[in-house]
Amino acid sequence: MGSSIPGSNRVIPMKHTESDTGSEREFSFGAAQSEVEVTTADRLREFYREFIYKPGLVAWEDRRTRIGAIIMGVYVFIGTIGAWLYREPSTNQSPRSLRPFETLEAPLGTTGSGQDVLAMVIHATPEMLIMILSGGIFATGLAVLIGTVAGYKGGTTDRVLTTFSDVMMSIPGLPLIMVLAVVVSPERAAVIGILITINYWAGLARSIRSQVLAIREHSYVEASRTMNVSTPRILLKDIIPNMMPYVLVNFANAARYVVFASVGLYYLGILPTSVANWGIQLDNAYSQAGALSGGGTMYQLVVPMIAIMFLALGLILLAQGMDRVFNPRVRTRLAGESGSETDDEDTAAPTEVMT
Amino acid sequence: MNNYYIKRTGRAVLTLWVTVTLTFGLIRAIPGGPLEMLRARLVRQGVDPSRIDAIIQSRQQESQPIYVEYYEYMSSLLSGNLGESFYFREPVSDIIIDALPWTVFVMVMATIILFAIAVVWGALIAYKEGSTFDTASSGLSILLSSVPFYVLGILFVVVFSYKFGVFPARYRTSPGVSPELSFLFIQDALYHAALPIASVVITQVGLQTLAMRGNSIQVLGEDFVRVARLRGLSDRRIATRYVGRNAILPMYTGFLTLIGFNLGGSVILEEIFTYTGIGYYMFEALINRDYPLMMGIFLVITTALVLSVYIADLTYGLIDPRVKSGDSNEAY
Repeated sequence: MGSSIPGSNRVIPMKHTESDTGSEREFSFGAAQSEVEVTTADRLREFYREFIYKPGLVAWEDRRTRIGAIIMGVYVFIGTIGAWLYREPSTNQSPRSLRPFETLEAPLGTTGSGQDVLAMVIHATPEMLIMILSGGIFATGLAVLIGTVAGYKGGTTDRVLTTFSDVMMSIPGLPLIMVLAVVVSPERAAVIGILITINYWAGLARSIRSQVLAIREHSYVEASRTMNVSTPRILLKDIIPNMMPYVLVNFANAARYVVFASVGLYYLGILPTSVANWGIQLDNAYSQAGALSGGGTMYQLVVPMIAIMFLALGLILLAQGMDRVFNPRVRTRLAGESGSETDDEDTAAPTEVMT
Repeated sequence: MNNYYIKRTGRAVLTLWVTVTLTFGLIRAIPGGPLEMLRARLVRQGVDPSRIDAIIQSRQQESQPIYVEYYEYMSSLLSGNLGESFYFREPVSDIIIDALPWTVFVMVMATIILFAIAVVWGALIAYKEGSTFDTASSGLSILLSSVPFYVLGILFVVVFSYKFGVFPARYRTSPGVSPELSFLFIQDALYHAALPIASVVITQVGLQTLAMRGNSIQVLGEDFVRVARLRGLSDRRIATRYVGRNAILPMYTGFLTLIGFNLGGSVILEEIFTYTGIGYYMFEALINRDYPLMMGIFLVITTALVLSVYIADLTYGLIDPRVKSGDSNEAY
């Protein structure tokens, strides 16, 4: 990480002035200092360049991110427009036990009770996307909040928050979720997403904390502090933007965890079956549809399996590809700002891999 | 340094206490509560309704303030009494003692095998970084980790057990094989555990391999490796002593954490293979709303995870002397 200083130096001064002018109200000398007016539009453009355009460009250069983004795009399309266009699954909507690719009416076949397999897969997608989103936002949001506050404040705050996340981290995730699911029996997809990541954030909070410990020693953070900028403002403006790529990578990892855990829970039949899910399809196919007696009904198992695998694959590829955004040298070179020829070896190790 | 061990022990105890308190709270938060469960059980036993009411009444009068109940719960747990299973009509501790070794066997075996593969494979990829072998292996690793272990498990049962009949689809040993130290028993146990172990190994090895690859590449770029090369040391020595050791170090904690994590995953895995370990009993407890058994197994799995992370933390200083306890200073 030490070799990345030249790259990050270029970024720091801009952010410094940003937080400088932003806090004019608090400093009497602020107005005299900023001779060049920084408008909101400028700041937005700056934000776009720094946090969307450049990381996006670097991420897009990587084949893995490109494939991952395309896969995710397909799922979002299926989950929104696809679910809106395609008919909903219901019993006896087509002849029973059709094999795949026999009729256009049910292209992937039907179950023993005449439900269209393709319709079942498509209509489980929106709920899954909501689960992923709510779980990912909850896990990364809480982790960022607790990790940055603990790392930046230090002392007693740090000790309390770190002990809290340590304890949460040590409780095994899946059994905890299962016990809670039985007690709470949540129905809404958003609640299920949060339930699944109920202690997933803890490990992430720990690693964010240790990164903040390093970032808070940087001179620009010290400068903000000397100028009496409030702590939430320093966290928001100086510290968190530096960790956005890392947070995004972990968002994708958390999302994959939500996919695996939710399908597993639905498969076991622990969650209420009011919501369509690939796990319920797996369970039905495995136990009722006679998938075991012969190869005749294998397609009922394989179709939801493919849906799960591709979603997970897309999320892994996104996470792996985004790792590259870590390296500021790669970022500036690809954005066409620096001519320095540095190695762009992909040395970023997959961090904190679980599941 | 001593301070660190005391703190670490305190944290482990704190975690266990929080979990026990959580289970205590959850049992009381359940709609219906234990008394309703008792009523349902008595109805199932065919007890006279008026007698049931009387029993429930007497129990209700007995109900004590919450801190007394809490104290009794804690003290009975500490003496190893986890209550009695509603569903199996057996003490929870007996069920766990019978089932736990099997789950530990499967999960520890699986984790050891997958780490052995990941270390060797990841190191090989790192040495050939950028080659076709690297691209193919990394792609394969990513592809493998996109499969949840239970999906592969289902496929294995359908294909190998039901279609071809090569592997058993259920139970931990064949009927009639008694657990004793004989060749037949060990062979039979391995035969039944092969598919569960394989489905865990195959689906989890990918990410660990990528982690090992990343670590190795990082170590290969270090100055001390260059110096070792300049000193003219053999490639074999550099690979094992200089690179391998340092690349494996960060994976040590992950190894023990993964065992604990997999113990949690055993609930799904053992349901698929009808492998009667603690995961299977946990599943039965969840489906039948058997709260004493559910909470008992939850406590056991938590204890296992806390202990394995605790051991990892305590012994990490032994294998990596550079580790320093990160005390955060009160600064801002």
